[in-house]
Amino acid sequence: MTAKHIGHNMKNATSLGFYIFLVPIILWLALLIVIPQIELLIMSLRFENDDEIMVWSFENYKEFFNNDIYWLTFLRTAMYAIFVTFLTFIITFPIAFYITKIVNKRYSAFLIILLLLPFWVSELVRVYGWTILLRESGVINYFLQSMGFTSSGIEFLYNDAAMIMGLVYTSMLFMAVPLISSLEGMDDSYIEAAHDLGASKLTIFFKIVIPYSASGIVSGSIVVFMLTLGNYLTPNLMGGKNSLWFTEQIYNEFIASLNWNQGAAFGFLLLALSSFIIWLGLKLTKQNLSKALS
Amino acid sequence: MKNVLEIKDLQKQFADHNAVNGIDFVVEEGKFFSILGPSGCGKTTLLRMIAGFLEPSSGSILIRDEEMIGIAPNNRPVNLVFQNLALFPMMNVEENIAFGLKRKKLSKEVIEEKVAAILEKVHLKGYGKKEVSQLSGGQRQRVAIARSLVLEPSILLLDEPLGALDLKLRETMKIELKKLQKEFGTTFIYITHDQSEALVMSDKVAVMNNGVFEQIDTPKNLYSNPKTSFVAGFVGESNIFQGKFTQNDTVVLENSLQLKVICIEEIKDTCKVYIRPEAIILMPEKELTDLNRFTLDIKSILFDGSNTKLLAIIQGTKEEIQVSLPQNRQFSHIKVGDTIEAAVHFNDCKTYRA
Repeated sequence: MTAKHIGHNMKNATSLGFYIFLVPIILWLALLIVIPQIELLIMSLRFENDDEIMVWSFENYKEFFNNDIYWLTFLRTAMYAIFVTFLTFIITFPIAFYITKIVNKRYSAFLIILLLLPFWVSELVRVYGWTILLRESGVINYFLQSMGFTSSGIEFLYNDAAMIMGLVYTSMLFMAVPLISSLEGMDDSYIEAAHDLGASKLTIFFKIVIPYSASGIVSGSIVVFMLTLGNYLTPNLMGGKNSLWFTEQIYNEFIASLNWNQGAAFGFLLLALSSFIIWLGLKLTKQNLSKALS
Repeated sequence: MKNVLEIKDLQKQFADHNAVNGIDFVVEEGKFFSILGPSGCGKTTLLRMIAGFLEPSSGSILIRDEEMIGIAPNNRPVNLVFQNLALFPMMNVEENIAFGLKRKKLSKEVIEEKVAAILEKVHLKGYGKKEVSQLSGGQRQRVAIARSLVLEPSILLLDEPLGALDLKLRETMKIELKKLQKEFGTTFIYITHDQSEALVMSDKVAVMNNGVFEQIDTPKNLYSNPKTSFVAGFVGESNIFQGKFTQNDTVVLENSLQLKVICIEEIKDTCKVYIRPEAIILMPEKELTDLNRFTLDIKSILFDGSNTKLLAIIQGTKEEIQVSLPQNRQFSHIKVGDTIEAAVHFNDCKTYRA
């Protein structure tokens, strides 16, 4: 057998292995994502007309634009999701920087575990934890009353601030992990070199640290943004009925109104929205999706 | 010549040890000054104190007669070329070089002009728009040096910047660095553990060990007149023999071989004799005087091109000795197992306290 033959056989062998590993991914994507999405897409384009016959129509999408409450909720959800992403970044970045660059290397693994620990508990339990703290008859109110700051309980829950706090708390880990990993890869000598070349601490932060960890910031922000936009539990439990989160509209259409066609259309609008905002964000910050996720 | 750097009784204590233990030296304007020492000798600590990343425990650092203690690295007239170069990966060559200039709030035109000028000086004209990752090791080296030199520092500090390069490139970069230093006229302080780098490039070399300078001298003096046994052992190669010192500058090695030596330090009893491999004369002529003569049994030939050596045993002893072969092929007939007459001059048997 010549070297060429061996090379050829090797190539065949690798491509066989490649296909074997590809099959589960294809199945996963096709059965759990692509096919249901197609089904939903078809559903969203079907509409029951006045004669109670299902016809192809954009009526479900038109409904969204004709009814103020829908697109206002939609806009509000998008704005808050962007705000939550930003807030999560602002809060998490110093933590990630502290863990990777300031604290002794020996403790950083321990601190990362401390950060992970709450996330071993389900989101539901964690959010209930917050409600126990914040509700009118909750822990914080108990202390405020026993110390005489207030005679009647204050309702901390069921407002936008509580909801945003809950969303930030739920998202923090997904921001922290990519930030920590990208900051870990940054050699301290970059910071020192910049300092040596005359940069102040603020300049180092904006010109060296932030650009270096850009890929981590982008991937963390994408994940946090998508999770927040699609979150149902936290807005519902901490924001209450007034939270007006777009996922609740979708839920209402599917479960309360049993109008699956309308719900499917809303679902697709949400998908389009999140894709558009992420695309816009990448364009505005001149980042590259494949670079951010690598 | 004016002194650009003056260091007085500099000390740095860490929790568990003294990294720098009282160092005094001056560096003249425009010189290439090297600090040579094994890893852990404190040379990096010293460099970082000059750069401003570490505060000394005591002592003073004067740059052009100005006290530097308490001044942050970004306000010192020194720049450091890092061991890993630390070129910013998110910037291209031009942006890397312009980084320091922008911090000085210079106008855009001036910055562009300066960047172009320095790129030409380090022979990287037209490389401005390239990404750092597209450059070869030697080119990155030059970008790192250009990035610092463009700021026209009083002193350029270099922290083993050739360490990561392969051997061939290191040899070329040595010569190139020396040339660059001449062209710019900037004072270079270069730290390394590689004696050949220090000897080839420097005007003066300080040999550092255990937080102190053992000797500050020209490369030539350092090699031919080492003041301490550490310098003799660290700079260049040496055959080292343990022995007992007797009267009249004579050392008796084990197995009673006697050597006439020159004492560098005051010696009481036991001592070490350092003999360079190239100081040994093969088949010396009978009429030559002032020689220690002995006979060698050739054990093996350590072939290394121009640096080929004989490994031999001094007859009547168990002492192994390495002997450089002269370049003129005069002794290329020597084979393993041969016996050969050899000698070494008294002055080449440098003796230190054990």
